[in-house]
Amino acid sequence: MSTAPKAIAGARERYEPVIGLEVHAQLKTASKIFCCCSTRFGAPPNTQVCPVCLGLPGVLPVLNERAVRDAVMVGLAVGSKIALRSVFARKNYFYPDLPKGYQISQYDRPLCEGGSIDIRSGEGWKRIGLVRIHLEEDAGKSLHPEGRAGIHTTRVDLNRAGVPLIEIVSEPDIRSGEEATDYMARLRQILVYLDVCDGNMEEGSLRCDANVSVRPKGSTSFGTKTEIKNLNSFRFVDRAIAYEIERQIGLIESGGRVVQETLLWNSEQGVAESMRSKEEAHDYRYFPEPDLLPLDLDPAWIESVRASLPELPHALRERLVREHGIPEYDAEVLIETRSLASYYEDVAARSGQPKLASNWIMTEVNAIRNRDGLSIERFPIQADRLGALVGMIGAGSISGKIGKQVFEHMLTDPAAPDEIVKRHGLLPIDDEASLLELADEIVAANPGPAAEFRAGKEKTFGFFVGQAMKRSGGRAHPEKLQAALRAALAKQA
Amino acid sequence: MSASVHKETAEDLARSVRDGSRSASEIARAFLERTGRTSDRLGTYLHLDPESILAAATAVDDRRKSGEPLGPLAGVPVAIKDNICIRGVPTTCGSRILEAYRPPYDAHVITRLRQAGAILFGKTNCDEFAMGSSNENSAYKPVRNPWDPERVPGGSSGGSAATVAAREAPLALGSDTGGSVRQPAAFCGVVGLKPTYGSVSRYGLVAFASSLDQIGPLARSARDAALLFDSIVGRDPRDMTSRPEAKGVDLEELERGVKGIRIGIPGQFLGEGLDPEIRACLDQVRDGLAREGATELDVALPHARYAIATYYLIAPAEASSNLARYDGVRYGLRAGNGDLRGMYETTRGLGFGREVKRRILLGTYALSAGYYDAYYLRAQKVRTLIRRDFTEAFGKADVLLLPVTPTPPFRLGEKTEDPLAMYLNDIYSIPASLAGVPALSFPAGFTKSGLPIGLQLVGKPVDETTLLRVARAWEKASDAARRAPALAEAAA
Repeated sequence: MSTAPKAIAGARERYEPVIGLEVHAQLKTASKIFCCCSTRFGAPPNTQVCPVCLGLPGVLPVLNERAVRDAVMVGLAVGSKIALRSVFARKNYFYPDLPKGYQISQYDRPLCEGGSIDIRSGEGWKRIGLVRIHLEEDAGKSLHPEGRAGIHTTRVDLNRAGVPLIEIVSEPDIRSGEEATDYMARLRQILVYLDVCDGNMEEGSLRCDANVSVRPKGSTSFGTKTEIKNLNSFRFVDRAIAYEIERQIGLIESGGRVVQETLLWNSEQGVAESMRSKEEAHDYRYFPEPDLLPLDLDPAWIESVRASLPELPHALRERLVREHGIPEYDAEVLIETRSLASYYEDVAARSGQPKLASNWIMTEVNAIRNRDGLSIERFPIQADRLGALVGMIGAGSISGKIGKQVFEHMLTDPAAPDEIVKRHGLLPIDDEASLLELADEIVAANPGPAAEFRAGKEKTFGFFVGQAMKRSGGRAHPEKLQAALRAALAKQA
Repeated sequence: MSASVHKETAEDLARSVRDGSRSASEIARAFLERTGRTSDRLGTYLHLDPESILAAATAVDDRRKSGEPLGPLAGVPVAIKDNICIRGVPTTCGSRILEAYRPPYDAHVITRLRQAGAILFGKTNCDEFAMGSSNENSAYKPVRNPWDPERVPGGSSGGSAATVAAREAPLALGSDTGGSVRQPAAFCGVVGLKPTYGSVSRYGLVAFASSLDQIGPLARSARDAALLFDSIVGRDPRDMTSRPEAKGVDLEELERGVKGIRIGIPGQFLGEGLDPEIRACLDQVRDGLAREGATELDVALPHARYAIATYYLIAPAEASSNLARYDGVRYGLRAGNGDLRGMYETTRGLGFGREVKRRILLGTYALSAGYYDAYYLRAQKVRTLIRRDFTEAFGKADVLLLPVTPTPPFRLGEKTEDPLAMYLNDIYSIPASLAGVPALSFPAGFTKSGLPIGLQLVGKPVDETTLLRVARAWEKASDAARRAPALAEAAA
C-alpha cells in the first residue's frame, strides 16, 4: 500500500467531497434477535450461544419483538416512514464467524425509509437525509491470536452472533470529515436518548463505514466512490475521510483515476488499505428469508411506539432555550446526555439562576468531569447542592471567586455549601468598619501609588482593589470595598 | 410374545399398551426382531439402537405400572427419517458431511412424540439432505423396495416408507419437500401425508427448501396416519411459519364415508406420460368412490405444467443457502489443510454427493446477480399462479384426485444417469408442495406384476381430515391396503 499522494496545494478548493455513511448500531435488547441468548458484552467466548445462534442443522429463527420496537423507535425519532410490511432477506457469504453461511438482514423492503438528521454546518444547521434503516443480526468475532511463526490460527467467538443491529444508511449529503463526525455524534446522541444503543464505539456497539467520492465543484454527477470500513471511533471517522478525500483528489490531479474498491482503515498507520476491488466484490445472492414471515406492523401499534418516545435532543435543546432563556450554544452543551440536561434543569430551578447555572456546569462541572472521566450521574456534587451554591453566588452572598473555593471543597465534602462557607471562614467581609480598616491599611502601606492616585492617575485604583482583595483572601465585598478604598484615599489627602 | 404384533395397527398397539394386554417392551422386542431380519437387505436404517429402544419401552411400562397417564402413542415404535434431530442420536441426513453429527436438541416433533408415549425407533435412510426420488442418493446405501428389492422405494423418505411397508415399524415420520413422503408411500404401498405447509413445526427438521419442507406421517392405514399426524400437528412458537389454525384429526370423522364429497380430477394435467395401469387405477378409484356417494367433476390446474421448472428454481435456491452452514468450521466433516478456502472446498467437495452439489450449483446460479429476476423472482410469480389454480379448483371441489407418480416403482440404477428423468417423477406431487396445501398418497391398487400403485388426494389448507376420510373410504371399499409384501410375510 502506497501512501496517499498529497493533493496539490489549492486543488482541494476545486473539488467537492461526497460522503455517505452506513452506521451499524447494536440494540440494547436483553436477548438476541432470533433466539433467547443473552447479549451481554464481555462474557467468556462461546458461552452465550444456543443451537439457533450457532446455526446448527434444523434450527429456525424467531424474531425478537423488542428489537423491532427499538428499530421503529429510531425510525420515528429521525422521521422515517415505517413500513407496514417489511421483509427479511438472506445475505449469503462464507465466513467462519457467520454460522449459517448467511446473515439475516433486510434488503429491498426495509423497516424504515427516509428521514433525516440535522447537523451543525458553520454557524447554521444542515439536514442530512437518510435512505433507510433496517434490522439485521450481527456476526460473531474472528480472533487471530499470535501463533508460532508461519502458523496462522483463527478463533471464532459466537457470543456476538445474533445480536440485533440496525443499519442506518445516509444519503450522500455529507461533505467533510467534520460533518461526518458531527453526524455520527448526533446519531449516537439520538440512539442513547432513546435508550436503544449504548453508543460505545470501542466495544463495537456503534460502527461506521464511509462511502467517499470527490467531484469538481459545481458538478451534479458523482465521482467513483470507495468504501472505508472499520471506522470504530469518532477520530477515525474524521481522519479516514480526510485521508481518503486527499488521496482521491491527489490521484485525479496527478492524472490518475479513482478505482472502486473497499478499503480498510489502518488506525495505527493512519492509512486506508485496499481490502477488495469491485471485481472481487461478493455477490450476496439476497433472497427473502423463507424461515420468517413478512413483518407486518399494525399502524395503531406504531402510534403507541411514537407516543412512548422520550424528548429528543433537538426538542430538548429548543425547550432549554425557550424556558430558561439561555443561549443555543449553552443548550447544545447541556443536552450532551439527557441526564446532564436534567441535572442542569435541577440546578437552574434550585438556584433561580438559569444562565449562571449553565455557566457553572459548562465550565466548573465539565472541567472536573473531563479531568476524571465522570458521567454526570457519578459527579460528586448533586444538583440540589450545586443549585444552592449557584443561588448564593447569584444572590451576591458570596463572590464567584469564593464560590469556586466552596465548589472545590464540595467535591469531597458532602456538607451543604453555606456550611462549608462557615466552616472554612469563607464568609464575605461586607461590614463597612472592617472594610474601611482594610482600606486604610492598604493605602498606608502604599504611599507611592496613593500619591499617584491623588495626582489624578485613576488607573492606580485598580492596584488598590487588587491588593485589598488579595489581603482579604477574596472575601471582601467588591462594591463596598471600592467605596471603602475611595474613602480611605480621600481621607488621607 | 405375540407373533402377530407386526400385523396390528398402531391404534390397536397403543390401546393394548394402555389397557395392559401388551407391554411396550414386548412390542419393541417384536419389531426389533422383525427389523433384524429384513433391514440389512432393505437398507432401511442408518442408525438403530436396540438398547435405547428397549429402555424407552421399559419406561412406558413403568409409567403404566405406577398409574401415570399414557399418551395416544404409548409404546408404539415410530421410525424417524434421518433428517429429523433427536438429541444425542446420530442425524446424518444421509450425508457424509454429517457422518458423526449428533444434535444437542430434539426437534419439535420428537418432543411431541415423547409426550405421546411413542418409542423412537431408529433413524431411517433417505436421499442425501432429502434430495432425490429413489433413495439412491443416500451417501451410505440405497434403500430397496420391499415389494421388489430390485426396485427403488422412492425418495427421499424411502427408508421410512419401506420400513412401514415391510412391517419393521408400524409408523414412521418422513419429510416432504416436493413429494418426498408421498412418492415413496406410493412406491411402497403405504399411506403418506404431506400436511399443509405450517401445520407441523419444522423446528429440528434439517432444512432442504424451507418454504416447502413439511414433516409428515407414514402408516399402513389412514387411521394410523391420522393418529400420528394428530400427535405432531399444531403451532410451535419456535417456527414462525407454523400456522395457528393448524388442527388435528378426529378419528371418528374418518368413518363418515364420502357421500356428498366433491372430487375434482385435473384431467388436462394428467395427459401424456402417465402409465396406463396407473390411469386405469385412477379411473377405478374414481368410479368406486362415486359408487360410495362422492360426486366427480373436472377441474383445471392450468399452471401445474410449470410446476417442475418452478420447483427446480425455488428449492435449489433455498437449498444453496441452507447448505452453506456445512463449512467444516463448527460441526460435521472438516477436511483439507492450510487455508480457509481450501478447508471450505475440500470439506464440501468430499462431504456432499453429486445430486446435492448439482442443486447447490443450480440454486446459486438462480440467485446470482443478473439472473435473480429471470429465474428466482419469476419462479415465485409462477408459484403464486399455481397457488391460485388450487384456490379456484377448491371453489368447486373438496378434494382433488390425481396420481402421485407417472410410473410404478422403477429399477435401481434406471434413472441415476438422467437427473431430468428423475425430476419428472415428481410432476404430480410438486404442484401441491408449491401451493402449500395438504396432500396424501394412499394405496389404491396394484399393477399386474404386483407393484403397488398409490394415488394422491390434495385438499384445502388445514383440511387434512377430508383427505384421510376419503382414503379411509377407499380402504374399506378395496383390499389395496390389506396386502403385505411377500418379504414381510416371509419374515413372519
